[in-house]
Amino acid sequence: METLRRSMLFMPGNSPRMLQDAAILGADSIILDLEDAVSLTEKDSARILVREAIKTIDYSAVEVIVRVNPLDTEFGAPDIDVIARVQPHTLLIPKANEDEIRLVDKILTKIEAEEGFPSGGIKIIALIETALGLENVFNVIKASPRTVGVLLGGEDLTADLGIERTKEGEEIFYARNKVATVCRALKVDAIDTPFTDTNDHEGLNKDTARGKGLGLTGKAAINPRQIETIHSVFAPTQNELKRALRILEAMEEAEKEGQGVFSLDGKMIDAPVINRAKRIVDQGVRLGLISGEGGAK
Amino acid sequence: MKNLLGREIPDYIDGYGQVKPFQGSFSNCGVKTRSAVKLTSVLPKDQKVLPSLDDLFDRLKITDGMTISFHHHLRNGDYVLNMVMEKLAARGLKGLTVAASSIFPIHAPLVKHMETGVVTGLITNYLSGPVAEAVSRGRLTKPAIMQTHGGRARAIESGDLKIDVAFLAAPTADTYGNINGVYGESACGSLGYAVADAEYANVTVAITDHLVPYPANPIEISQIYIDYVVKINSIGDPQGIVSGTTKITKDPVALIIAKRAAQLIKASGLVREGMSFQTGAGGTSLAVAAELKKIMQDEGVIGSFASGGITGYLVEMLEEGLFRSLLDVQCFDLKAVESYRDNPSHQFMSASMYGNPHTKGAVVNNLDIMILGATEIDLDFNVNVTTGSSGVIMGGSGGHSDTAAGSKLAIVVTNLMKARLPIIRDKVLTVTTPGESIDAVVTERGIAVNPRRLDLLEQLSQTQLPLMTIEELKQLAEKITGIPKPIETSEEIVAVIEYRDGTVIDVVRKVKD
Amino acid sequence: MKITKVAKAGTLESNDILIMVSPKDRGIIELDIESIVMQQFGEVIEQVILHKVQEMGVEGVSIKAQDRGALDYTIAARVETALNRAI
Repeated sequence: METLRRSMLFMPGNSPRMLQDAAILGADSIILDLEDAVSLTEKDSARILVREAIKTIDYSAVEVIVRVNPLDTEFGAPDIDVIARVQPHTLLIPKANEDEIRLVDKILTKIEAEEGFPSGGIKIIALIETALGLENVFNVIKASPRTVGVLLGGEDLTADLGIERTKEGEEIFYARNKVATVCRALKVDAIDTPFTDTNDHEGLNKDTARGKGLGLTGKAAINPRQIETIHSVFAPTQNELKRALRILEAMEEAEKEGQGVFSLDGKMIDAPVINRAKRIVDQGVRLGLISGEGGAK
Repeated sequence: MKNLLGREIPDYIDGYGQVKPFQGSFSNCGVKTRSAVKLTSVLPKDQKVLPSLDDLFDRLKITDGMTISFHHHLRNGDYVLNMVMEKLAARGLKGLTVAASSIFPIHAPLVKHMETGVVTGLITNYLSGPVAEAVSRGRLTKPAIMQTHGGRARAIESGDLKIDVAFLAAPTADTYGNINGVYGESACGSLGYAVADAEYANVTVAITDHLVPYPANPIEISQIYIDYVVKINSIGDPQGIVSGTTKITKDPVALIIAKRAAQLIKASGLVREGMSFQTGAGGTSLAVAAELKKIMQDEGVIGSFASGGITGYLVEMLEEGLFRSLLDVQCFDLKAVESYRDNPSHQFMSASMYGNPHTKGAVVNNLDIMILGATEIDLDFNVNVTTGSSGVIMGGSGGHSDTAAGSKLAIVVTNLMKARLPIIRDKVLTVTTPGESIDAVVTERGIAVNPRRLDLLEQLSQTQLPLMTIEELKQLAEKITGIPKPIETSEEIVAVIEYRDGTVIDVVRKVKD
Repeated sequence: MKITKVAKAGTLESNDILIMVSPKDRGIIELDIESIVMQQFGEVIEQVILHKVQEMGVEGVSIKAQDRGALDYTIAARVETALNRAI
């Protein structure tokens, strides 16, 4: 089963308490952060702490992603070297560009060989937060078969563009579109930038729905309290589920009768509609909204 | 001898007396009697107001070995207990027993009186701060007696606890002894814990910093119980009496626990018209109220009452129409004090009405849902809220055992680990509340239902709640923390834990240094 | 490895431990532990620290630990960081 990535929760890499609780806060993925959440003087400390945490703590219920420092800083290379050896599921590469992803892939392949890990096991998510990265996002993803998703970094991107970041997010409309479309084309996850006002749940709800409406498949969170809202937006509604189940039932009927194309409630049902229904039902099953046999709970 | 819970307790404890062992939550009920009260008639021309504490003590015939009582509505802002004890010590009294419904850090001067033999006995429902520390180290001559809020009222009414003089800190008193807690500099709201003392003590004194002309309005405790009124400058520090606001925690782990607890309550079927609810003022407990509120709103349910110590959050729920009434034994914040004063649906209850098992029915008996805390829980679901991780007393039942026994669904909400300490143990160091009263334990990593509640287990198995056995929950925690080395105690008994019915549920032994 | 200077790592926050290390003569390992869970886990904390010291081949060191309920992984990480910083 492919990894469900509706929510990715950032957790500061130098806080023992948060590292201990990270797995139980409800997020699908946790991002143990060695970059922005850690001050320059504590980079060494956080790196070792996160390494020990991954070795010790039961993170089996979540995807463990470690955000390493950029490779063009003195911390990037040691981060990858230390962290990859304890086999996190995924590395999040900041300010991602094509060359850097290629380099990370090479380093990981070498480490995997040295440690006897399965080759290509450690995945990559590219953090797209520069204009160049955004325009080249197709090639960034293609730079490594390890890449399973893109995270859009709205704050840094707008800073790079020299434009104002607003709550409404009009300024990242293009970036969301672009990331969503390219990710869909390359069949990887498209994760939306976090909503930074942690007390505004109404705003978070709208912002998440806006991203989902443009085709983004998940959203980053900077506070555990944001997870429930994000999941509620990304969960299929009961109506969507019901309709998807009816489509699949009608499809089975049609298949039995040897019909290729069929209609339901007067509307023609074709392959894209069926595929969409399958996706919704699959997600419903994974979220426990419906049972595996397909009956609504 | 071992009591029903297998706790090893002597038949006779020096300084306490013959032990009646705990036999089960409701085994000591049935026909009971209340004690007769000795009083001195006040005649038409008698004056109750005395000019000073010294005049009072000249008048009162306090002698060595007497029992004097205090209520704890001024909490950690109380000046009255210390002031009275200072005077009694100065008068050379010895061997007194202090029966205070709770003891807080502000009562630190008691330690000195314990060491000099002025105070040799202590009876309380909750014990914290330096006095708790001193008791734990064996500095009190007799073992302290730890009761419950309902149990204290029972003991006073039955005559088990005979009070010679009750000193009632009164935020407002009139010249003939009518008292309320809602006006004055030291307003604290409900005076629920002071009622039994006022009604049953041989002599009752109101000590106030807000003396008003007769009659006070409202009257919470009536003139017919009060012998004397003394005005002093200040009875307490408002800062320590009530908090400004009670805020719901933002701690993500606590919020997860609260959400799970609310889901459990919903699954139990108890969220229904006329439901009743109580919770403590602690962060996680209050968050449960917030989660429950959402569910009540979604389902359009109106509850009958919320009870206990009342916080502003419960006041909001009352004002929003989620409960028809509040039953208030004590106010925790200013908002609760104001509501208690101004809103007729926000009603008074005494400690006896709240939790006394030997009445014609306490409020806890009508309670559907109770949210409780715990310092430790054992595999039999026994809960300790009396002693802390080092074996030192840091609390006590308060209303814990009363509400757990009375409510239909008693849920303990707690982090599975605190700092490095796992909360679930093979045996708790001290039993405060018996496991038979506890229905479920909700933690951030799993929920354990008491096997006595097969019906609840059945209901919850239909949900996605992370159910496990208490043993599994214990192992889960120990896998993370390691297994802690047990605390070592000596044989000396420093406190006797009385269950609400007066039987002995456990003892606290002196900590080893 | 040889400890040449004073260094520290960790914090006094809940679930963390503050480790301070300073040089000592070869063969001398001094340990001073203060913990909120001393009675329950004092020996375990000592073992974790000494194990790390040994693993890193430290020749002589004085370690002062102020524990706020850290789990073993945190203790090990903070000791390692402090020792690395003190070389």
